Amino acid sequence: MTALRPDLAVIAANVASGSSLLDVGCGDGTLMAALRDQKHCDARGMELDPANVGTCVARGLAVIQGDADKDLAFYPDKSVDYAILSQTLQTAMRPDMVLEDLLRIGRKAFVSFPNFAHWRVRMSLLWNGRMPVTRLLPIPWYETPNIHHLTINDFRALVKERGITVEGQWFLSGDARCSAAAANFRAEHAVFLLSRS
Amino acid sequence: MTTAPILDESKVLELADPLPLDGGQSLPGVRIAYETHGTLNEARNNAILICHALTGDHHVVSNHPKTGKPGWWVRMVGPGKPIDTDRFHVICANVIGSCMGSTGPASPAPDGEPWGMRFPVITIRDMVRGHIALLDALGIESLHAVVGGSMGGMQVLSLAANFPERTRAALVIASTARHSAQNIAFHEVGRQAIMADPEWREGKYYEHGKGPEKGLAVARMAAHITYLSEEGLTAKFGRRLQDRAEKTFGFDADFQIESYLRYQGLSFTDRFDANSYLYITRAMDYFDLAEEHGGLLANAFAQSKARFCLVSFDTDWLYPTAESRNVVHALNAAGLPVSFVELSAPFGHDSFLLDVPALDRVIEGFLKQ
Repeated sequence: MTALRPDLAVIAANVASGSSLLDVGCGDGTLMAALRDQKHCDARGMELDPANVGTCVARGLAVIQGDADKDLAFYPDKSVDYAILSQTLQTAMRPDMVLEDLLRIGRKAFVSFPNFAHWRVRMSLLWNGRMPVTRLLPIPWYETPNIHHLTINDFRALVKERGITVEGQWFLSGDARCSAAAANFRAEHAVFLLSRS
Repeated sequence: MTTAPILDESKVLELADPLPLDGGQSLPGVRIAYETHGTLNEARNNAILICHALTGDHHVVSNHPKTGKPGWWVRMVGPGKPIDTDRFHVICANVIGSCMGSTGPASPAPDGEPWGMRFPVITIRDMVRGHIALLDALGIESLHAVVGGSMGGMQVLSLAANFPERTRAALVIASTARHSAQNIAFHEVGRQAIMADPEWREGKYYEHGKGPEKGLAVARMAAHITYLSEEGLTAKFGRRLQDRAEKTFGFDADFQIESYLRYQGLSFTDRFDANSYLYITRAMDYFDLAEEHGGLLANAFAQSKARFCLVSFDTDWLYPTAESRNVVHALNAAGLPVSFVELSAPFGHDSFLLDVPALDRVIEGFLKQ
């Protein structure tokens, strides 16, 4: 078993054993397979790229080719314990609506995203005056799927405005963790566990 | 690797009891032609039922008895292939209503004469009842999977919905849970072509040694267009002329596509019965799985515990991706584990029969669990 990407490792470590989950934008199914094999979860997935869906099916995973912006509407309310959106929020046409769908479908939702206010991104923009191309955001502006860049503080504001409860938060810089207070400047990635009471 | 051609390995099951039908009648003296490949294990739990399409048959890997051509899914079924006969016991049965060995309108009725139009109108669910009778006779309580493309996919959905205890997985390729107005329309063109042929004789052509071959050929030509994509037709034929440098200013088959369709239509009449074509297209037109279950497709799967996988093709305009998605949404609403992928292939609806490596990978992956 190869090591999970740091944000996926955080999610995997905090999902309850035997729970049900929907991984939206599940890629090649790495997280789903880990949760199925290690925590006996009932994992379902949605993925846009047909080649990735094929890989998932070949791994024995139940994955539907679909678009988070359009196809989440067809999932029943509270049908899984966790809805998971890892590194996909910033690619959605309407991230706020996807977030609402996650909290409708899942009793809880994990959301992870790259932090556009990380110091390296800020430096790049400040010194070069151009859209940053960094290790975590390697694709130039004109062809990046990340059409809605956001910062940790942006996400906190959205969550607050929508009355969503933050049940857990993890901030990652490479493999290291950083504090909530310094996160908006120092974290490359954020992972939030959310619910709506 | 080439393997020796598999010759006709047809077996026939004769049902002791009449088969009850959706139309209210029951069909006496039913024969079901089938073939099996691979060994049934001791636990009797490694069987896969393959359901064939409209003009298909049970010769899934054996040579066709009339055309001599290899079975219709040799690229998918066999030792080491995606549907691996080293691992699975593969069963393929000819549907009732057909003309390839199972009871259909060309078969003798109890009075010894061919049924003709006295044959009762059947449904997809009736075809599945025939399959279930076969599974009962073979002592197979629960299938590892039921697999089918096109009309075969309709049988898969019907079996999973109506006999949920009989399969643990369902694989539906290039299919739909209901026939659309457009689907019905194309079938009606075909049926009218057959019935407009004077040789049809209200279906009583068997004793005349000649059937409505012209009508059946036209029906096949019209249907064949729906199995291909515009992109595929353009690539294969374009506006190229057939064995001539100039247009003839007449009504010969000037264009290659005309010549191709005429050949497809004509060769079809050598292997298929016109009345069977009427009955089977009717069964497909009547198919609406939601309607059978109170109008809500999710209800059709309320008793199912199976895993599902649906595959569509981006150039299939006969059963487009939206039809598969419709099924996927219903299965999601029913809380069942379902996978779905739209594959890219240039061949239109026929893609499920042709060389699409991504399909092999999905089928193999889904079945190996």
